[in-house]
Amino acid sequence: MDSIAIELRGIDKSFGPVHANKNINLKVRKGTIHGVIGENGAGKSTLMSILYGFYQADSGEIHVDGKQVTIRDPNAAIAAGIGMVHQHFMLVENFTVLENIMLGAEESQILNKGIAKARDELKRLEREYALEVNPDAVIEELPVGLQQRVEILKALYRRADILILDEPTGVLTPAEADHLFRVLEQLKSQGKTIILITHKLREIMAITDEVSVMRRGEMVATRTTAETSVEELAELMVGRRVLLRVEKGEAKPGDVKLSVNGLTVKDGRGVTMVDNVSFNLRAGEIVGIAGVAGNGQSELLEAISGIRRAVSGEVLLNGKPINVTGHVDPKDLRDRGLAHVPEDRHHVGLVLKFEECENAILGYHHDKRYLNGVFLNVDAIRKDAEQRIAEYDIRPPNARLKTANFSGGNQQKIVLAREMERSPDVLIIGQPTRGVDVGAIEFIHKRIIEMRDQGKAVLLVSVELDEIRALSDRILVMFAGRVVGERDPDATEGELGLLMAGVEGRKEAAE
Amino acid sequence: MSNPYAKLPGWVEYGLIPLVNLAVAFLVAGLVVLLVGENPLEAAYHLINGAFGRGEYIGFTLYYATTFIFTGLAVAVAFHAGLFNIGGEGQAYVGGIGVALACLWLDQTMPWFVVFPLAIIGSAFFGAAWAFLPGWLQAKRGSHIVITTIMFNFIASSLMVYLLTRVLKPLGSMSPQTRTFAEGGQLPKLDWLLSIFGLDIGTAPFNVSFLLALVAAFGVWLLIWRTKLGYEMRTMGHSPSAARYAGMSESRITVITMMISGALAGMMALNPIMGEQGRMQLDFVQGAGFVGIAVALMGRSHPAGIIPAAVLFGVLYQGGAEISFEMPSISRDMIVIIQGLVILFAGALENMFRPAIARLFATSSRRAAVVAQTKGA
Repeated sequence: MDSIAIELRGIDKSFGPVHANKNINLKVRKGTIHGVIGENGAGKSTLMSILYGFYQADSGEIHVDGKQVTIRDPNAAIAAGIGMVHQHFMLVENFTVLENIMLGAEESQILNKGIAKARDELKRLEREYALEVNPDAVIEELPVGLQQRVEILKALYRRADILILDEPTGVLTPAEADHLFRVLEQLKSQGKTIILITHKLREIMAITDEVSVMRRGEMVATRTTAETSVEELAELMVGRRVLLRVEKGEAKPGDVKLSVNGLTVKDGRGVTMVDNVSFNLRAGEIVGIAGVAGNGQSELLEAISGIRRAVSGEVLLNGKPINVTGHVDPKDLRDRGLAHVPEDRHHVGLVLKFEECENAILGYHHDKRYLNGVFLNVDAIRKDAEQRIAEYDIRPPNARLKTANFSGGNQQKIVLAREMERSPDVLIIGQPTRGVDVGAIEFIHKRIIEMRDQGKAVLLVSVELDEIRALSDRILVMFAGRVVGERDPDATEGELGLLMAGVEGRKEAAE
Repeated sequence: MSNPYAKLPGWVEYGLIPLVNLAVAFLVAGLVVLLVGENPLEAAYHLINGAFGRGEYIGFTLYYATTFIFTGLAVAVAFHAGLFNIGGEGQAYVGGIGVALACLWLDQTMPWFVVFPLAIIGSAFFGAAWAFLPGWLQAKRGSHIVITTIMFNFIASSLMVYLLTRVLKPLGSMSPQTRTFAEGGQLPKLDWLLSIFGLDIGTAPFNVSFLLALVAAFGVWLLIWRTKLGYEMRTMGHSPSAARYAGMSESRITVITMMISGALAGMMALNPIMGEQGRMQLDFVQGAGFVGIAVALMGRSHPAGIIPAAVLFGVLYQGGAEISFEMPSISRDMIVIIQGLVILFAGALENMFRPAIARLFATSSRRAAVVAQTKGA
């Protein structure tokens, strides 16, 4: 098995002044799982988009099975036997599995014949790769793990021999991720070649045969997975030594700062998203809320921070109630010492079209030091922003730069700097390191622990279980809107994983 | 990085690209003239000459531009808060009531500089009031502002017909208009301003409301980029969810923004009523509220862009009138076509030539970078 499935030679791609891929060479051996890792903005996605025909390289060659090919669009990629499973699924939500798989490969204007053929083919694929899924199920009713399986089947249906998976585990529970890995092993044993793009080092170590590391548009190294280590890969990705484990001392919990009692929140359609949730958050501790995305964590944060109205329940901040079931002025909460780093920094935490310094006052723009009567005190705003840019090492250090032009990690630092700087009593943080590069993760984690050590109460929501376990002093697990268990941070991943999947929780509730 | 539109230098972004769009619009307009069987070069000559050929023409061009600055600013202010105010036409029309009332009340006893400030307040008040209702309906009832402002244009039109035929018309007069104001209700012309450049204003109604328009443009810049309210408006315009997160009241900002927008539209009425006619006539707005949308689009909702865009439309109005006078087979509708093309290319198709121009600059700047590198080495 030494033949090469894909070879990239000297791939180069620029977007205006941004040199996204610099002279990339990559060889992927047939029948292997090849990992591609790198920080956000390292050029992984650009490279894969070139391979799949979304972009054209400025120069360079692509060879598939030893033959040079030109991949002008995704159709050409499919013809060359390359399939892609995107991070955000490309499925029609209200179509069935079968309809989604056929989409774009209908073969004739009249569907009936095609449907029958597709059904047979799908059965064969399911048998061959142990990928069971009900062909008549509607996509939106399937759990995320199965939706992903449909994406994989879609690629196989198009006779892909080479599968590219872009951050496939971001939306999966640990159990679903394990299952995905078993599927990938199975595909490998059938001779398929798999390219796995991820920023999770653990996954790379668990499943790949070889791994290539990208940094700032360059391919900096390719290693045999068995002969490398997490530490080495992290160092290659960032370009310097990285502290992977967070150093933190014993928590010294103090008074209750935030008390949530029987909080229930419904979404716009009347579906209960948060179901009778109660917990206390004390000064000097970090409480982590674990759970698969979409199990009510977002709504919980929004209700506490006054963005979303709760149906019932009570929240006390420093012993005084927040009117969560009525109108809450987020400004009032800020004045009372509650700061909020929202999950979605692109649409909520920041205005991407604003200059950095304009975002640095978002929510605090009533502050007298930023105003001269009704006018903004532009000098004070810029000076303040520059000071914080220095303190939080925000790069590039330019307060007048449009926020959209900062990297994910630096955008997150802008939000954190704004919310932490006023030293709030309670800090609630959603997904602090989503889309943030390794170097910045280290920095952000340190800052969160610092807040705790200063006696602040921190409520942390994250879908990254590693992050929850590394930072939290207590872990609450949410499933289907309810807190299904509380665990210590040294609980095993398996235990938490079962809770997150709702298995344990249901048992506990039944007992 | 995933954005295929590279950042371009300011002069390309705000200078070259609009000019290219404009040039294409005129090229296509030229083809239409050709189609009608006339000489496009001759038409172009009459357009330019009609707009700039004499002091009087320039006066007319700037008179129209004054009107469009007001309505353009009105649309732009709403744009910044993410609101599409189509109702400038109606707000300007109703704003006329404020001007007329101030003039009818004091024109015989007071000089213009006493009546003018009152008329400004009156026009702004009536314009704002007319925009308040759609704003309030959107904020509290969720009625879409595009729909309500369009409907309010029609209501304004009917209201004004009623007022001008029944209430404000002098007894015994046969025409639907107020009486002609005395001297106190007429604005002085800016003949001195043109004579600085050695131009004679002739009969052109270019008047002091032009200066007010410039002040308003500066005021809008201050409001949008230098006040807390403007900051909140822009936040809401870019990202309503971020505004909610920051604790800004969407309904409050919607209502206030619409009232400011309506006030600016209402102030447009000063120019034709006090500046030109010396009375309020039926249908004095003549579509200026809609032209304001095009002006705001072309000017990218920035006062510094709106002023030249308003002048451009002033040129089209004044020069266009001249074309139809000199070339009878080209009717005034031709000007509407040219305006439509300008809106099409500068507004709707604004990004058509952008990728090509961006590519041009990317290659040239890379070349420059390479040159710099080799020099450095």
